Amino acid sequence: MQYQSQAVAKYYFVGAIGLFVAQILFGLIMGLQYVIGDFLFPEIPFNVARMVHTNALIVWLLMGFMGSAYYLIPEESETELYSPKLAVAMFWIFLVAAAATVAGYLLVPYAGLAKMTGNDLWPTMGREFLEQPTITKLGIVVVALAFLFNLTMTMLKGRKTAISLVLMIGLWGLSIFFLFSFYNPDNIVKDKFFWWWTVHLWVEGVWELILGAILAFVLIKVTGVDREVIEKWLYVIITLTLITGIIGTGHHYYWIGTPEYWQWWGSIFSALEPIPFFAMTLFAFNMVNRRRREHPNKAATLWALGTGVMSFLGAGVWGFLHTLSPVNYYTHGTQITAAHGHMAFYGAYVMVVLTMISYAMPLMRGRAANSNKAQVMEMWSFWLMTVSIVFITLFLTAAGILQIWLQRVAAVPMSFMDTQAQLSLFYWLREGAGVIFLIGLVVYIVSFFCKGETAKA
Amino acid sequence: MSGTFTTSTARNIFFGGTIFFALVFLALTFQNEQIIPQRDQRAQLAANPSIAAGKKVWENNQCIGCHTLFGEGAYFAPELGNVYKRRGPEFIKAWIAAQPTHTPGRRQMPQFNLTDKQLDDLVAFFKYVSEINTNNWPPNIEG
Repeated sequence: MQYQSQAVAKYYFVGAIGLFVAQILFGLIMGLQYVIGDFLFPEIPFNVARMVHTNALIVWLLMGFMGSAYYLIPEESETELYSPKLAVAMFWIFLVAAAATVAGYLLVPYAGLAKMTGNDLWPTMGREFLEQPTITKLGIVVVALAFLFNLTMTMLKGRKTAISLVLMIGLWGLSIFFLFSFYNPDNIVKDKFFWWWTVHLWVEGVWELILGAILAFVLIKVTGVDREVIEKWLYVIITLTLITGIIGTGHHYYWIGTPEYWQWWGSIFSALEPIPFFAMTLFAFNMVNRRRREHPNKAATLWALGTGVMSFLGAGVWGFLHTLSPVNYYTHGTQITAAHGHMAFYGAYVMVVLTMISYAMPLMRGRAANSNKAQVMEMWSFWLMTVSIVFITLFLTAAGILQIWLQRVAAVPMSFMDTQAQLSLFYWLREGAGVIFLIGLVVYIVSFFCKGETAKA
Repeated sequence: MSGTFTTSTARNIFFGGTIFFALVFLALTFQNEQIIPQRDQRAQLAANPSIAAGKKVWENNQCIGCHTLFGEGAYFAPELGNVYKRRGPEFIKAWIAAQPTHTPGRRQMPQFNLTDKQLDDLVAFFKYVSEINTNNWPPNIEG
């Protein structure tokens, strides 16, 4: 660690991992409810478990991005963080707001939470992924503004690199597109149309800039390849991302009341969305093959390569599977979507945050890399989590194909609930893979406490 | 990746390409706004305040946490964009009022304690969404 103030990232990383655990536990509850419908009912209804599962994911990824940025920007800018105190204060505000919101989900019926938080004054609640009370959303905006201010000021007083510029564009974009979550018209078509400006333009737009920048940073550090080469790759990748991804938003506009022409625009542009992810895979492997040093942190390199491969498979291949409108007509809103969602989020965003944590955490704890024993354990967790997410995806894909056949293609279509009963084998297998994922996560956390010989940073 | 292709060339292509495609997207959005009035049943929405109230009931009880609407949401419970056509108004109200079923092992829908007015509003909302032009999605009445 070159600058003392980079250490604020540690708070964010620890908070992120804590929420990661909550996300997985609630995921397992939901998975079980898919086959044992009344499990934990009425204490934790499915919709509540799902809100915790998805919201915890979003918040921990945001914390991971913030932690990564607090670590990365001072080092790239070659100067201390503008205000470490502000960064720490914002962490606690964010954590307390997230915890209070989750407690609200779990302890009060959602309609009660909407009433308590004055949702009628400015209704923004009750839409997928944006379930947070309006006041929590405002809190997120405050935290994001303070965060952007702190990092922009840091960057302005120091060196400006392509990596920090791309990261900051991604983070500014993230904050700006979040503002669409405050727009909730009565007209459901407009509501859904602009809802995607937050959701799609995050995960298939600006978040990919953040991903690319973090990956580029770690690759420079672990491979020693020239910055110029890496920065050119980064620009090429994010160019491909945005020229395909922005109009690619159209693949959400096939069946929500919007005009037919979106089927052409959405199909063509989103069919190209795998290209930047493939470029990312080539990028990661090329840089590691051309490495000029043997960095002692093998685990971080493994995570970086894993991000390249899994983001291409999850976001690229599984996204392409159902993105063309004639295919999507049958797959839309089935377990195929769920399959894609799981591998894309894990492969792209979970893995890039874990890459950064893997690289930065040992340095913040005063060593170049963890002991060999700890790294072996971390790599075990990599394989356990990655292989089980592949199986979760495969089982959900199988469930999805069967669901489409029974409910939408067969000569006598089955009802939704009867179809679900036919899928239970795959749901049980998915739950089993989920348990392995949890074991992988436990191994991951234990690896932080694993001692052994280490070299000084 | 050498010779004349410098980092600043790459950066310029990034900014130029992004701005160009963002502008195309904005133009498409503008066009979209011109066309959707023929598809989104806004006359109905303006004439009947029950629909907007029904959307509030829909949101305040987080129905999207289990169900889908036009295929978006959770995949735990049936599609509701066309439920008005599949089940009709009276069945919908009776079903919601009768929850949970307490059938062992079956997926359970909570009791939301909706008033008669809220049930009517919700049904008005379901009627409105079922009449929006969704390019013939879903493929059949089962959703």
